[in-house]
Amino acid sequence: MTTTVKTPRPVVQADPEVRAIHRRMLRRQRLSRAMVHLIAILLSLWVLIPIWFTASMALTSPTTVRSYPKSVLPFIPFSTDTMEFFLKSRGILPGITNSVVVAVLTLALSTLIAAPAGYAISRYIFRGRDAFRLSILAVRAFPIVVLSIPLALIFIRLNIYDNVFSLAMMHTALALPTTILVLSSVFASIPYELEEAAQIFGCSPAQAFRRIVLPLVLPGIAASALFTFVLSWNDVFAASILAPLENRTLPVQILITLDESSEPYQFAGGFFMLIPALIFIFFIRRYLFNMWGQITK
Amino acid sequence: MAEIKIEHVTKRFGNFVAVDDVSLTVEDQEFTVLVGPSGCGKTTLLRAVAGLGMADEGRISIGGRDVTYLPPRERYISMVFQSYAIFPHMNVFDNIGFGLKVRKVEKLELERRVREAAELLHIEDFLDRYPKALSGGQRQRIAVARAIAMQSQVLLMDEPLSNLDALLRLEMRAELKRLLQEIGATTIYVTHDQVEALSMGDRIAVMRGGAILQYDEPSVVYDMPANQFIGSFIGNPPMNFLRAQVQREDGRVNVRIGSFTLTPSDGMLPVLKAYDGKPILLGIRAENTEILNHQAHDALEVKILVVEPLGSQNLLTAQIGEETIKVSTHPNLAVRLGEVVWLRFPTDKIRWVDRDSGQVLYP
Repeated sequence: MTTTVKTPRPVVQADPEVRAIHRRMLRRQRLSRAMVHLIAILLSLWVLIPIWFTASMALTSPTTVRSYPKSVLPFIPFSTDTMEFFLKSRGILPGITNSVVVAVLTLALSTLIAAPAGYAISRYIFRGRDAFRLSILAVRAFPIVVLSIPLALIFIRLNIYDNVFSLAMMHTALALPTTILVLSSVFASIPYELEEAAQIFGCSPAQAFRRIVLPLVLPGIAASALFTFVLSWNDVFAASILAPLENRTLPVQILITLDESSEPYQFAGGFFMLIPALIFIFFIRRYLFNMWGQITK
Repeated sequence: MAEIKIEHVTKRFGNFVAVDDVSLTVEDQEFTVLVGPSGCGKTTLLRAVAGLGMADEGRISIGGRDVTYLPPRERYISMVFQSYAIFPHMNVFDNIGFGLKVRKVEKLELERRVREAAELLHIEDFLDRYPKALSGGQRQRIAVARAIAMQSQVLLMDEPLSNLDALLRLEMRAELKRLLQEIGATTIYVTHDQVEALSMGDRIAVMRGGAILQYDEPSVVYDMPANQFIGSFIGNPPMNFLRAQVQREDGRVNVRIGSFTLTPSDGMLPVLKAYDGKPILLGIRAENTEILNHQAHDALEVKILVVEPLGSQNLLTAQIGEETIKVSTHPNLAVRLGEVVWLRFPTDKIRWVDRDSGQVLYP
């Protein structure tokens, strides 16, 4: 007893109307993707064009800078004269020194404080951990002005006003929230089981940290330290309130002399301020993404 | 000599009691498996032995030495972690030799022992590679090699095979068993996989709710589970449990399942007498059931609901009144859906279970 079962033949989608719909959908998909690219390109240009212009002006001769209409590299002659002129201006070299000292101090202080704090947040569940986390961020909620002016008064009273060390402390306070959170996410990316394994195989907790955790987090710590450096290097507000006289940092020096300075000086100053940030951010971009929650492994 | 002795150990997390007054002795060179559903406290107990989570109460000793509150490094044990916990910044050689290096083993000896461990696990060709470049199975081998290179007398394993795919797990299971027999370390092995427990352990301890329910050889745990939970948890398919009623007729103790009357073995009579007129559970393994195609006075009439050909056997699901029973049969046995057959339960294979407590009754 065999019965032949009729299976329905597969429908070939030859219907011209269906094909037209498919084509339209495909086109729309391509169009929207092109739009995303276009917007991304526009946003990048928004940032890149001023940088390009500033760089062009800084890396040409002062006469070219003063001429009109202005053009950009590579259409104008390349020269280091403008930069040399800027660096030789009064107050610039001491300003650079001060900026570097403050930034290095900030980097060291904030890493020393933030690394243990970040480790504790990532490893231990303690009473009030979430409140602690929140309060770290709350520091960030105060405008720098609100913090700086009372601090200036206190510093004057304590006789540590207009001093690179006190400015470094201020920068540390400003940098800590970010640094602590970045470092806690760096530590959190190292499984605790690795430390436990090290302890099983003969390490004390401190040895386990030094042999296993430290080598693994070192790149992350370096990244956060560079970030702190840039933060301090770029700060002009706290610096101009807390150290505006004898110990001006570079941004303060540039800002104060900006009105009476020439065009080449302004462009060169702007460009010089930009360089460390550009270089460092380039090296630590992977960790910055990490900081914003996109953990890439 | 490295006997592990756990005495009245309790471990709490806040109000939750993860391990509740557990006592367990693992003889020197014995391979004990802790098995149970997730959250039963098996890993917590293992970690208490390792020193990674100290016990709140009780005493743990290794080879007669009280280690209850010693830090892990002073216990001289090895461990294989579920996630392997391979150090990503060290190559395979340094990973395997890590413990030896920390213990300041002399360099030539270290190299010899690393190579030996690597050869035992067939990873001697990868010694200069980094873990990132290796597969899950190879990483697992590094973790085991690192543990055995220590030549500790005690080896702890926390679900070492659970992250491997099914085929690899089967292969590693046999290999681990051979390896552990060879090195002769006292081993505690944690798993939630009852097949792993049955196939590997010298003795297995079934845990639930922070307590050990039964600690015995695999064959005993399988054949004579201490209670209904173990019968269901150990073995695939789980043990069948049928509702029954004890009845005394003409001085004989009988058990009724629906309209069918069964005469229990003589040994059980004194125990079952106490249940006269009361409900009871009858436990029987799928493979211990005889299937007949004709009526018999000692066979129970059932209807076939499902036939599952599994290759090596046919698993039948049959209906008895309102309950179902799983029966495994020879793959060549031809039964059809809806067919009526008769089941005979060998009386010595029947386990009687107290319905209130779930405990298996012993003669």
